[in-house]
Amino acid sequence: MTAKIKIDNLQKSFSGKAVLKGVSLEVAEQESLVIIGTSGCGKSVTLKCLLGLVSPDGGTIMIDGIDTVGQSRKAREDMLHRFGMTFQFGALFDSLPIWENITFRLRQKVKMTKEEARKIATDIVAQLGLGAHVIDQYPAELSGGMQKRVALARAIADKPEILLFDEPTSGLDPITGGVIDNLIKDSVKRLGATAITISHDMASVRRIADKVAMIHQGVVIWCGPVAEMDDTGIPEVDQFVHGKAQGPLTNAINKEAQS
Amino acid sequence: MKLSFLRQIGQAAFQFLASFGRIAFFTASAVRWTLQPPYYGRQIGRQIIDIGYYSLPVVGLTTLFSGMVLALQSYTGFARFSAEDTVATVVVLSVTRELGPVLAGLMVAGRIGASMAAEIGTMRVTDQIDALDTLSTRPMQYLVAPRLLAGTICLPFLVIIGDIIGVFGGYIVGVYRLGFNASLYLSRTLQFLEISDVMLGVIKAAVFGFLIALMGCYHGYHSGRGAEGVGLATTNAVVSSSIFILIANYIVTALFFGV
Repeated sequence: MTAKIKIDNLQKSFSGKAVLKGVSLEVAEQESLVIIGTSGCGKSVTLKCLLGLVSPDGGTIMIDGIDTVGQSRKAREDMLHRFGMTFQFGALFDSLPIWENITFRLRQKVKMTKEEARKIATDIVAQLGLGAHVIDQYPAELSGGMQKRVALARAIADKPEILLFDEPTSGLDPITGGVIDNLIKDSVKRLGATAITISHDMASVRRIADKVAMIHQGVVIWCGPVAEMDDTGIPEVDQFVHGKAQGPLTNAINKEAQS
Repeated sequence: MKLSFLRQIGQAAFQFLASFGRIAFFTASAVRWTLQPPYYGRQIGRQIIDIGYYSLPVVGLTTLFSGMVLALQSYTGFARFSAEDTVATVVVLSVTRELGPVLAGLMVAGRIGASMAAEIGTMRVTDQIDALDTLSTRPMQYLVAPRLLAGTICLPFLVIIGDIIGVFGGYIVGVYRLGFNASLYLSRTLQFLEISDVMLGVIKAAVFGFLIALMGCYHGYHSGRGAEGVGLATTNAVVSSSIFILIANYIVTALFFGV
């Protein structure tokens, strides 16, 4: 079976410092992959390379068998229509009300009246458990959990084939985090989308992942089904999954802090 | 010691050239995207209101008092060689050719340049610019182009209004403080004023408006991370646009010298 997304030997350096040293990953159609790893290990850069926000120094990114690295501006813009993305802090547009945030891309693509756009936004927020009154509010008026829901609404409004989530539960209490996870899981399933999520929250990982990959020092050190995550036999994965304070990851972090 | 000093000079020169190159590249890209559809009418309208309408009080007050001071100062000087009659002419020529555009430019640079840099800088650090990109919208067209257009369009109108208010300030002082005959003052004001004087001010204003918007957008777009990065971007936007206004003022004046 051809992978929906295949990343091979992805490399990226910033100011001479190698962040990605050869990341390779495969995600099958309708699969949900969660990438874990310590801060600064290259998870977000991998997602940014996938979206073309950052140009990799080497390697390939195949989507449905087509290499997207170094593609033309037009090809990239066409490709972006297939993606939905939520950012770590929501990245909702402060100056626009919620209904405009949610229908932002739809309104760029299709001519629609304000009423039609509001109706679409109302339907989507209802799917995510928010009241219709929310669509007239501005992002700053919403709580963190509501902002995450709106970010999810914006990502799925256009029914994309591929969904990317950058730390969707960061900064949320466990209850709200759990609700967001369920919404992500439902949305991915309903759309039949392929999903890649970055997370540090192991409870969240267990809820939404089919497959888990751990990046450490710019390479994937383990990738496998979520059920096998607890028993990989790899000390770094074991320390991260079980949240142990002491271990090889701590040593690596301390070494990097001192260098 | 000597080598280290030379290295520092070399580094500074390289940094200056690199900044110059970045600004030139950004300008070319901004102009290119400003001229290409789609045009975001609502964004342009919002910027026109922000720059044009909300800057009116500050520009009006500045030019009013400058015209008043100019009338007093020129009277003091010209009275020494019995040329008090020329006060009205000096006020109108100084305001239209020089003070109106430069003062309006500097005031708008402080108000609008800072706000543009802060708004775009905040969007940069909160990933809103990346979000725009992933929602298939070119940030240059959505954020930068409307500001450049609005800046270039609004400043000339602001300056024309500022000119009228400045001349009116001179008139008030001339007639009510210095005792000039009102109709004589007005006829002196119009007697030597030529359309080229007003046009020179308008051309300067359009150039200044473009520079203010360009610097506000450039520094916001390349803002560093965190509150400190946005603060620095704001300061740099105001300082650089003020310096560019003064340089451009000389260049435009020299180009139209004698006209």
